[in-house]
Amino acid sequence: MSANSATTSRRGILRAGLAAGVALPAAALSARAQGGPDPLITEVQDWARYTGEGVDETPYGLPIRFESDVVRRNVPWLTADPISSINFTPIHALDGTITPAGCAFERHHSGAIELAKPDYRLMINGLVDRPLVFTYEDLERFPRVSGIYFCECAANTGMEWAGAQLNGSQFTHGMIHNMEYVGVSLKTLLDEAGIKPEGKWIYVEGADASSNGRSIPIEKALDDCMVAFKANGEALRKEHGYPARLVVPGWEGNLWVKWLRRIEVTDGPVESREETSKYTDTLDNGISRKWTWVMDAKSVVTAPSPQVPITHGKGPLVITGLAWSGRGAISRVDVSTDGGKTWKTARLAAPGQPMQMTRFWLDHDWDGSEMLLQSRAMDETGYVQPTKTALREIRGENSVYHNNCIQTWWVRADGSAENVEVS
Amino acid sequence: MSKSRNLALALAVAAAAPAAAEPLGIGREAHPEELAAWDVKIMPDGRGLPEGSGDVMTGEEKYLLHCAACHGDFAEGLGNWPKLAGGMDTLDRRDPVKTVGSYWPYLSTVWDYVHRSMPFGQAQVLTADETYAITAYILFSNFLVEDDFVLSRDNFLEVEMPNADGFIVDDRDETEYPGFTGEPCMENCKEEVEITMRASILDVTPNDPNDDAPANSEDAAVEESSEDPPAGESGTEPPVEEAAAEDAPAEPAADDEASSMAAADAAPDPELVAAGEKVFAKCKACHMVGDDAKNRVGPALNGVVGRAAGEVEDFRYSPALAEAGASGMVWDDENLHGFLADPRGFVPKNKMSFAGLRTSEEIDAVIAYLRTHP
Repeated sequence: MSANSATTSRRGILRAGLAAGVALPAAALSARAQGGPDPLITEVQDWARYTGEGVDETPYGLPIRFESDVVRRNVPWLTADPISSINFTPIHALDGTITPAGCAFERHHSGAIELAKPDYRLMINGLVDRPLVFTYEDLERFPRVSGIYFCECAANTGMEWAGAQLNGSQFTHGMIHNMEYVGVSLKTLLDEAGIKPEGKWIYVEGADASSNGRSIPIEKALDDCMVAFKANGEALRKEHGYPARLVVPGWEGNLWVKWLRRIEVTDGPVESREETSKYTDTLDNGISRKWTWVMDAKSVVTAPSPQVPITHGKGPLVITGLAWSGRGAISRVDVSTDGGKTWKTARLAAPGQPMQMTRFWLDHDWDGSEMLLQSRAMDETGYVQPTKTALREIRGENSVYHNNCIQTWWVRADGSAENVEVS
Repeated sequence: MSKSRNLALALAVAAAAPAAAEPLGIGREAHPEELAAWDVKIMPDGRGLPEGSGDVMTGEEKYLLHCAACHGDFAEGLGNWPKLAGGMDTLDRRDPVKTVGSYWPYLSTVWDYVHRSMPFGQAQVLTADETYAITAYILFSNFLVEDDFVLSRDNFLEVEMPNADGFIVDDRDETEYPGFTGEPCMENCKEEVEITMRASILDVTPNDPNDDAPANSEDAAVEESSEDPPAGESGTEPPVEEAAAEDAPAEPAADDEASSMAAADAAPDPELVAAGEKVFAKCKACHMVGDDAKNRVGPALNGVVGRAAGEVEDFRYSPALAEAGASGMVWDDENLHGFLADPRGFVPKNKMSFAGLRTSEEIDAVIAYLRTHP
């Protein structure tokens, strides 16, 4: 390097950086188009010459700015008000199975509240030997458990009942996240209070203004539920219930009460607003199912999809997606490229685990013609994810919740994709 | 319980759990006052209902004050807010209308929810009598009781809810799982496949965030479709809001208001403005302020300081506030102080269902904050 170009002045660096930043992308493109040597390789790049940021630049980091479009998104027309609303995980842009907390969907009934650990109290009362109050510090003294679980809103895919509606897996299937939780087994806490024999249910409610109270049968409460305070290794985010929330593996997200403040042991269900007027499923004959807590097996191709078109033309193509079941482990996922005429079994990134998301991939040789892409999950009970037609035959078209039908993306020859329904 | 199979399954694969043991002695006994404060749920058989009563006419008055801004004067639901009345005999038709009258199976749920979580943004301000009265009015607006009806703990269970028998317990075990279980088809599963519906026809997907398209371009469509979302809303609806109502009582945001100087015309005091922004959390359930502020339950508040009352375009004011504006009331420092300390006392019969800010310091702070949004 010659002496005169080895300037270390701030202005010199700035100038060099600006010039390179403007000129290089175009040069890179044209060189690639001509099949010539790639200047990204043949010319020394800024990042290979100058230093990057120091270690303390961002004490708690966000994704690099080039990923700024990978964010939760809202569908404003869904709800009256963003304070009682929901947004969607950008599953179209993620891979693997763990959902980063910062983009994991939120659903609040009265907004995400700020509740500090010193102000946190958890009460257990009702049909117990000793009504108790715990502080946050108390919770940390109980023996801990951990587990990875998906949390899916019962309304996920709900807008698709009447027909294909939203263009993107984020919007059709993004009311879900999958995190690793650490907390205390709910059974441990209930045992501390001592359940009386006539206690058959629990009623759980949050500290926010909605309270979002729900009734849960005691069998489930004593089985695998958890009062969690950590997710993906860190404290729960405010929007996920900081400092403590309920985890109800495999069951609908509305039961996963955030900012959990009270657990009452009762002799029957409370029949709260959230379990009567909402989160019930009206059938064709006007009769409605209640207590439809379990999330059935479901899957979706996350890419390619409307937000993630194919840009590389024909040839090797990775079809990637997610599968999950509230009734156990995913055992198999099949993928169809012709709208369900023929199916191929996809690769699972790892063997399915109960009530966790499973990642699947199909390594496909795309011939460049249009596809009707579908995925079909099976779980360890032998249950096979149904078509929308099959679900409608039983439930009619007035349902909102628990739509676990097979999703179809119409991928055109130019690589673009659209949400469609097929015969 | 029909869930036992699932539970057994879950149990079989459960990870290592800590060994069951004797109580560890962590935590403390709950005081009776604490139980009374937090255990306010009402059971379907009426257990938990307090003494008290309320009549339809009183209920109408309370309802107009606390509920009508979102649910409409006749419980018909404004915009996307829930309808509370009507919809009888629609459950077996396309797009059923689910209201307290047409859908809710238990009256206890209404009392419990109104008392615990309403009004939205002002939870737990209603007394037992007010809650009985509002519940009676909701029944009346569904034609389930006459206008001289008085609801109390004693006759609570006598009210018949039309859809009380309209629910069955989850029967997927019998109606779905057998048919959806087995080895699925892999080859020649159907002869023809046709596209029967496309999302682009409805085109209700929000724009890409990277297009920088003004959010407003969507808003018109949103307003229109909000009345009747294309395919059954997500089941998301409004309950209450912000913990502010109960969790931020006497010692709220203004605790770092060392600067208790009343906001003046001089340059804004950044600390006071910051304190005001925190106080504004109590207002956010209904009011927006800032670049994209729109009218919500309450009018947008950009430029409110110094403006005539009742002047925001397209906002449906109460007659009381509209009249106040017409007769020359301006939102100056003095009027804002009077109004924010006691909204209903200062402008009687206006529809802002907010009890008022507790301290003059809070009011100074929030005015300073609003001033920064001319």
